[in-house]
Amino acid sequence: MSARPAEFVSHGLNADALRADARRESLGLLGLCSPGLVLVGIIIVLPIGWLFWLSLFDENGQLSGANYARFVEQASYIRTFITTFEVAFLVTGLCVLIGYPLAYMLSQLPRRAASVCLIFVVLPFWTSVLVRTYAWLVILQRKGLVNTWLIDLGLISQPLPLAHNFAGVIIGMTHIMLPFLVLPLYASMKTIDADYLCAAMNLGAPPTAAFWQVFFPLSLPGLAAGVVIVFILCLGFFVTPALMGGGKVVMWAMRMEQTTGLYSNWGAGSALGVVLLAVTLGLLGLFRWLLGARATSVWGAR
Amino acid sequence: MNDDIGLPISHWRRLWLYCVGALVLSFLIVPSLIIVPMSFSGSTLLRFPPESWSLRWYEAYFQSVEWRDATIVSLKAAVLTTVFATPIGTAAAYALNSGALRLAGFINVVLTASLIIPVILIGIGTFFLYARLGLNNTLTGLVLAHTVQAVPLVVLTVLSGFRSYDMNQERVARSLGAGRFSAFWQVTMPQIRFSIVSGALFAFITSFDEVVVSLFISGGETTTLTRRMFSALRDQIDPTIAAISTCLIVLSIVLLSAAQLFGRRR
Repeated sequence: MSARPAEFVSHGLNADALRADARRESLGLLGLCSPGLVLVGIIIVLPIGWLFWLSLFDENGQLSGANYARFVEQASYIRTFITTFEVAFLVTGLCVLIGYPLAYMLSQLPRRAASVCLIFVVLPFWTSVLVRTYAWLVILQRKGLVNTWLIDLGLISQPLPLAHNFAGVIIGMTHIMLPFLVLPLYASMKTIDADYLCAAMNLGAPPTAAFWQVFFPLSLPGLAAGVVIVFILCLGFFVTPALMGGGKVVMWAMRMEQTTGLYSNWGAGSALGVVLLAVTLGLLGLFRWLLGARATSVWGAR
Repeated sequence: MNDDIGLPISHWRRLWLYCVGALVLSFLIVPSLIIVPMSFSGSTLLRFPPESWSLRWYEAYFQSVEWRDATIVSLKAAVLTTVFATPIGTAAAYALNSGALRLAGFINVVLTASLIIPVILIGIGTFFLYARLGLNNTLTGLVLAHTVQAVPLVVLTVLSGFRSYDMNQERVARSLGAGRFSAFWQVTMPQIRFSIVSGALFAFITSFDEVVVSLFISGGETTTLTRRMFSALRDQIDPTIAAISTCLIVLSIVLLSAAQLFGRRR
């Protein structure tokens, strides 16, 4: 799609003028990007760089690694990391477990039916995370719908602890993360040619064998892209654990908020942020290296 | 592609798949929808179905000065964010699409960085920066922070619109004497306008629904609706929030339908 193929620029009689023109063109285009770049530079890059700088100093203003050393020394930080990864693994696993059949069904439906069903996947995407978390609180809390129904039916006498604990966080987060897995997975399943499956079955494979030996391996790149996005989003997720964890489930992002807000310990909070960013980018880089650029394409699907 | 998957498997043998799929779809959609009837409940107890019906929670929402002010702040921020993010994102998408831009890959990564960076880090970072600039609790600060988060969505949406557009049309217009801007405005813009509108809708909902950054940088007179909701949810479950949530769900449905409508005509 290049505007000026390179050979036109380098040969020709007025090569200099053309080259100057190409340079002007490139600068003009850079100018079009510059408002966005400047904004990202000031609002995102500058403060994060500043926080990184802060994290290198201890409370007395001395250059030290104390802010990072405490992550391996203090049990409370280690517990936060363990909780965060536990939640992230569980939520990602649950999303795969219930998201894969859904994406598979969507990919097998006729186009019209699939696009109707897709609206149900995309609508939660457009609905505020707060609204959805509130809905789960209403359903799962002590006097919530589930407990009221179960007690009315006489199945239980004491309300079950469903919200304000680990289980509540898992349920709420799975609900919020599911579309991030289903959409890239569905998109990649749509590109699998049904002829492959027909061929497998013509050659005598029963449906299950055709699925596991042909369809499933072909769907793995899309699945991996969804898994990476969900896992990364889980690591830094704040709203649902803060509202549904009841103060008992302290995840990474909540720890950052408490450290900087409650204790005003900017060095420690910044160090947490730096490690979170490093882990996020590291995972993303690893999966990009393994799978190509697919991992971040999910955002286009929203 | 193929409308009918011609596999030799009957729908009957796939019944289990449809059941599982339907269950997962209802898991996605039912929790939000269950809020709607409950917001019309007449009692403070959240029951489904409600024992009596009334509009009292809507009255509580609209008559509360705090909730109303917060809604107005959120609407203002969302409109301003849309106004800034849409041209910035469209201009960047245009440049990225042209192919003549140096470092296009790098610029793309920088512009879409806010989608990957944990939001909590952006929140703490902007709070820290704004504390020095005096931008905390101001509409300006809010709009700036929301614009940064909305721009990548506009860029990606408009870029996907450019994919089905042939840039040669603009070159023809320019070779016939049209200026750069008027060629874009009269030839390119009308053909990608639906993706620009979709991008603008994204920008609006991104700002309106944004929680984490607003939690840090908004307060006082510029408390956003989401920030007030977050605090209210931390304290107690007030059925007023059911009424507000219903309004937000209706807004989501309206915006999503608009985006789908425009997306189809692209």
